[in-house]
Amino acid sequence: MLKYIAARFGQGVLVLLAIYALTFMLVALTPGSPFSSERAIRPEILAQIEAFYGYDKPPLERFWTSLTNALQGEFGPSAVYANRSVTDIILEAFPVSLSLGAISLLVALVIGIPAGILAAVKRNTWLDYLPMSASMIGICLPTFVLGPILVLIFGIILQLLPVSGWSGPEFMVLPAATLGLFYAAYFARLTRGGMLEMLNQDFVRTARAKGVPERTIIWKHCLKGGLIPAITFLGPALAGIISGSFVVETIFQIPGLGQWFVKGALNRDDFLILGLTVLFAALIVIMNLLVDIVQVALNPRLKYDR
Amino acid sequence: MVTAAQERLTAVPTIEEFEKGSSLWVDAWHRLKRNKLAMISLFLFLGIVLFCVAGPWFSSYDGQQQDLMKGAQGPSGEHWFGTDTLGRDLMVRTMEGGRISLLVGLVATVVALLIGVVYGATAGYLGGKVDAVMMRIVDTLYALPFTIFVILLMVAFGRSLWLIFVAIGAVEWLSMARIVRAGVIGLKKQEFVEAAVSLGYSHTRIILRHLIPNVLGPVIVIATLTVPAVMLLEAFLSFLGLGVQPPNASWGVLINEGQQNMEIFPWLLIFPAFFFALTLFALNFLGDGLRDALDPKSAKD
Repeated sequence: MLKYIAARFGQGVLVLLAIYALTFMLVALTPGSPFSSERAIRPEILAQIEAFYGYDKPPLERFWTSLTNALQGEFGPSAVYANRSVTDIILEAFPVSLSLGAISLLVALVIGIPAGILAAVKRNTWLDYLPMSASMIGICLPTFVLGPILVLIFGIILQLLPVSGWSGPEFMVLPAATLGLFYAAYFARLTRGGMLEMLNQDFVRTARAKGVPERTIIWKHCLKGGLIPAITFLGPALAGIISGSFVVETIFQIPGLGQWFVKGALNRDDFLILGLTVLFAALIVIMNLLVDIVQVALNPRLKYDR
Repeated sequence: MVTAAQERLTAVPTIEEFEKGSSLWVDAWHRLKRNKLAMISLFLFLGIVLFCVAGPWFSSYDGQQQDLMKGAQGPSGEHWFGTDTLGRDLMVRTMEGGRISLLVGLVATVVALLIGVVYGATAGYLGGKVDAVMMRIVDTLYALPFTIFVILLMVAFGRSLWLIFVAIGAVEWLSMARIVRAGVIGLKKQEFVEAAVSLGYSHTRIILRHLIPNVLGPVIVIATLTVPAVMLLEAFLSFLGLGVQPPNASWGVLINEGQQNMEIFPWLLIFPAFFFALTLFALNFLGDGLRDALDPKSAKD
């Protein structure tokens, strides 16, 4: 097990290095520079600015400096927002995005998994059809459609909840619902599928024949295996919640990392893009690592497949 | 891909033909016809396509034609969906936006299909170390934050429609590669492949002529399900201002414009969002139905 974790960890580190290099390359290939603006800047001043940010050195040297700095947690200055370092921005905005993401994931799991189990156990009754139809609708309503609709209903027509800003728990309700419900729909479908597969296994038939109560069959025999598809989806779900946060933070004016990333991409803020991409990638890689470990713990046969 | 299959599928057999035995496609069509939800979805989707493709020809308005005096009017007999803030007819804009959204969905899926099928078939057919390395690459790519890379690609190489096709296609091929590989591994031990090998056919010919046609069923299913995924990604990019650029519009652009003005002019959000959600809905149900019809062994979900 330890060896498996170590191998996975090493792989994760390699993936992160590759992502760092790839992102750096993409950003460096982008035509234009972050310092070009509509106002004409005198060439001497531009040269000064470029020297300050290290843009006068060859790309390979810049890559090396930026990588060694990043390893020490210093992602360089923001190229667009003067006097702010990327690390400052991350430290300020990360808690906001973390709480938004965590609550959304919680919403997704707390609604999705019980709904999926219920649908599988009560297969082909209205307790199956109702949540599954709801989840199909949920899958077809992406964040950028659901968000505005929720704002329209709860914020503008009913005037129940605030629709922009981030200054108290009531501000979290709509964004977390927007982000979480889409993934709740996915988790419900995956859990239903996984549970159904388990409930059709021979050992379940044997258990039923022996007179084991249905409750024990569901909770003790099937739940562990039935949850595997949902657990596998945790990695992609986190990636989706991160990119979903770009939209949700824009709609609800939340000062989180997502908004910074979109601003950085639109303004060509090289250091900010690089820092945030690596941070997001690191989060996803860590999540995938945890998911792999949990999966092997739940189903030891997997270890030999990989 | 999908349309070719549909042509073959629409050939409904007469009694005599039916008694002659039925091919996979005819069987699948019969199974699909029994699935009401999938059939409703199929007609709904065809209806939306027709509405978007042919609709603008019958309208007296042009999607770019501005009439500031009639800006942001609600739905009326004159403008069924109302007008946007620049006085452009929203119905025509929705149709034209749909054209672009559907085009992106189709073309990017074809790009993903080409990469995924060739990659997956090669890995599955060659097997051994090559397969292990190739699939390891796919696993690693799966773990990457795609959306971020598509955004970076759009920033780095401009925001043309062609780039949207390629960028989205380049990230959506992974599940296709996996499915094709699994299918090919199952097939390559069978006698007809052995026969082809003993006839001295080249690897390329065996892969293209003998293996790929036999995995078309699952490929069509996954392609149908990739189209909505691609459209979702395109709309996401356009919503953030990184996708289709004005004055062109896709549903994502229209939803973004509607979202900005929804307090006062809610119809600007409601119509494009409705058509977008309806299309995703129809394609997802159709994909599910096709899976049950073409691939009865695989369990739902």
